[in-house]
Amino acid sequence: MYDIAVIGAGITGCSIARELSRYNVRILLIEKNSDVADGTTKANSAIVHAGYDAKPGTLKARFNVPGALMYEKLCSELDVPYKKTGSLVLAFSPEEMKTIQKLYDQGIANGVPDMEIIGKDKVQEIDGNLSDEVVGALYARNAGIVSPWELAIALAENAVENGVELFLDSEVTKIEKMNGLYRLHMGDRLAEARFVINCAGLYSDKVNEMVAAPSFKILPRRGQYNLFDKSLGNFVNTVIFQCPSDFGKGVLIAPTVHGNILIGPDAEDIEDKEAIQTTPEGISYIWEASARSAKGLKPNAVITAFAGIRARSSTDDFVIGESKEAKGFINVAGIESPGLTAAPAIAVHAADIVKGLMGGLEENLGFNPVRRKVVRFMELSQADKNLLIKQDPRYGRIICRCESITEGEIVDAIHRKAGARSLDGVKKRVRPGSGRCQGSFCGPRVMEILARELDIDIKDVVKNSPKSYILTGETKDNSLYEDVHDLAAASGKV
Amino acid sequence: MNEYDIAVIGGGPAGLAAAIEAKKHGGTVLLIDREKELGGILQQCVHNGFGLHIFREELTGTEYAERFIKEFKELGIEYKLDTMALNITEEKVISMVNKTEGFVNIKARAAILAMGCRERTRGAINIPGTRPSGIFTAGTAQRFVNKEGYMVGRNVVILGSGDIGMIMARRLTLEGARIKVVAEALPYPGGLIRNVVQCLEDYGIPLLLNHTIVDIKGKDRIEGVTVAELDENRKPIKGTEQFYECDTLLLSVGLIPENELSKEADVELDPITGGPVVNESMETTVKGVFACGNAVHVHDLVDYVTEESRIAGRNAARFVNGETGGYGPAIRTKPGNGIRYIVPHFIRKDKVEQSVDLFMRVNKIFTNKKLVVKFGDTVIKIIKKSYMRPGEMERICITAESLKTAEDLSLTVDVE
Repeated sequence: MYDIAVIGAGITGCSIARELSRYNVRILLIEKNSDVADGTTKANSAIVHAGYDAKPGTLKARFNVPGALMYEKLCSELDVPYKKTGSLVLAFSPEEMKTIQKLYDQGIANGVPDMEIIGKDKVQEIDGNLSDEVVGALYARNAGIVSPWELAIALAENAVENGVELFLDSEVTKIEKMNGLYRLHMGDRLAEARFVINCAGLYSDKVNEMVAAPSFKILPRRGQYNLFDKSLGNFVNTVIFQCPSDFGKGVLIAPTVHGNILIGPDAEDIEDKEAIQTTPEGISYIWEASARSAKGLKPNAVITAFAGIRARSSTDDFVIGESKEAKGFINVAGIESPGLTAAPAIAVHAADIVKGLMGGLEENLGFNPVRRKVVRFMELSQADKNLLIKQDPRYGRIICRCESITEGEIVDAIHRKAGARSLDGVKKRVRPGSGRCQGSFCGPRVMEILARELDIDIKDVVKNSPKSYILTGETKDNSLYEDVHDLAAASGKV
Repeated sequence: MNEYDIAVIGGGPAGLAAAIEAKKHGGTVLLIDREKELGGILQQCVHNGFGLHIFREELTGTEYAERFIKEFKELGIEYKLDTMALNITEEKVISMVNKTEGFVNIKARAAILAMGCRERTRGAINIPGTRPSGIFTAGTAQRFVNKEGYMVGRNVVILGSGDIGMIMARRLTLEGARIKVVAEALPYPGGLIRNVVQCLEDYGIPLLLNHTIVDIKGKDRIEGVTVAELDENRKPIKGTEQFYECDTLLLSVGLIPENELSKEADVELDPITGGPVVNESMETTVKGVFACGNAVHVHDLVDYVTEESRIAGRNAARFVNGETGGYGPAIRTKPGNGIRYIVPHFIRKDKVEQSVDLFMRVNKIFTNKKLVVKFGDTVIKIIKKSYMRPGEMERICITAESLKTAEDLSLTVDVE
């Protein structure tokens, strides 16, 4: 029996589970995929928004600004890459400058610190590669960039360190309301909890409907991106937005915490919540749109394309609170942008809701907010590098040549709590496969390490999901020849 | 800090030949390679077709490598395996890391960059669709099948007709897989004609020219691809889409010279080849830093890599012995009509003993044309060609004799 079950280990669920681990409660964090941070959390713009976009009075506005302000401390506790780069919303006409003024006013109403409306000269001083057509911009120094999946993984790891249990590969298919508790069915697996927090992202409407009548719908809205090689370096130094439209914040150009450049997203309403494919139309749209902000990005510097799906609520705002029909069932749904930014503040609020329902929570005196530091070999001094290699020679073997990641770092990522169990799991945590060769060099080597460390056959190493096998068998496997022989026989050649 | 006369980065065919030649011409040599054995990519090339020019016999890739490894070891050349070079400065201080020695710097008087090339990936060509497992570059698949002994799939589609892709089409067929189609976006095959014949035609594998993949399907493992025909602007033609069910997609869509280290050393790169700008001695724009093999430009045949790397090795040794120098005016080679690039980029007349080979690729298919070499407006050589295409490298030998007549400092090759 758990006190609280959190459904969904994306950025929202991981933030809430970790926040609740500050208290003496038994918490279960449930994820349908094989790894945490495997849905929308792994495919988004990776921006910490300053908070001027949300309409005052909305939940988005309420949690964005405090969330952004929590990032510095949170990322330092959890050793997650975060950089306060500031952001620019560009205006290309006097008309758009009016929108800039509106955003500024909205920011003031929302309590955004450190904003300024700046002219063309200042814009070009901040980012020299921007278009000549820019007439001015809203500059928000408090905006930043983060690695969303690394943050969610770090939150999950820290939560587990502080006593949270994590179920992976566990899709909640049915929830039974019982006397004062909920029974959650995950295939053959069962768990009971007094409180349920629904952070099921794209599927949070479905999960809500397991205990209550429909009160909101998740309307998936896809966004596509291109990621550029590090050789583009600081093409831009701040997050570059264009004036927002009804379809969101528009196409951005942003640096990433690992030194790449990201462009995207478009916004396309789709039916299928699993439709994370990129399309030629989507990619050419983000190219056209981003070229308006800055020219000079070259297609041959693209290292990958991806798409993510926003969990947009039919209510057009976050859905946060206890269900009216199901006592103790708390929805935290519709967490689209600025959901990543808001997540730390939402987590505190969710904990407050639970506190209210439980009549207070006892503090977990053993709670440790600090995650064990991640070794980033290339960032060490030469002396420290050598010291580390002496202690553990695996840090002397570089597996990923593009990002210079050592075997030691990969092994550590596998053995941490909520550790990597697949090729993508390793990639999300320590980045082999994220560079310009996209894993064609390091892939086989990472697979070998995974097989060895997890004590499984290399043929059982997967890309991400259980069915995403990589190798199909061994060579010289005669069973594969059968139909070749049949064909030969049919053609009379045998 | 340990010092060497010559440091060679990369232990594939280029690095081995360069190191051997450097050693033979005197000096202390250190070779480093990130793999656990010498030989580079040749160690996963179990097919034949290597050595016809150098040895006048047909060897497998592994056999070809073995001959050089044997000579390399007999010469007692020092080498470090499982060692990654992380940086090289203009002063030729090389930082490297391995499990036994840790992070170390060495200083060399001359360096030879022989890092080879890497494969272009799906991301680099922006193929739309989902991102399931079962998508491999042809070289990665080759490594799994030939070195590790694992199969990568049963029903395979190959995008691109580079040599490795075609060779893997045959290899996987022999292992019982079915190659459904090879799609090539260009109007001509990317690799050698002999591979089109021996690896595709002989096995009845269809090759679709002017076709590419416009969609990838599959949530977990790849389930299929949509192939479409391209118009003359290389845009997909609506209505030509055809779906191929498959569990594996191999990409053989080009090779990119590996030059991250060259950039560290401030070596000038040719934007067309992606490799260093070099002179007749395979010296880069940084004095004493030489380069050879696929790190300079992607070759079709390892034999030419060996020849080019011997030049680099010999001249690195000469540099160390103070026998080079003379960086005066040099002839600039210029790709003219129909030519994509020429290597070397510069020729110093007085440094050419008997002859210098110009390597180049044409930019499209030509039939019954001539390659015309000119100094300024003076034609010095005409070679008749019944057929030329970008997939096969052209080689023109220019004698020292004819160089002497050159008054102009530019040498142009045109297709006429």
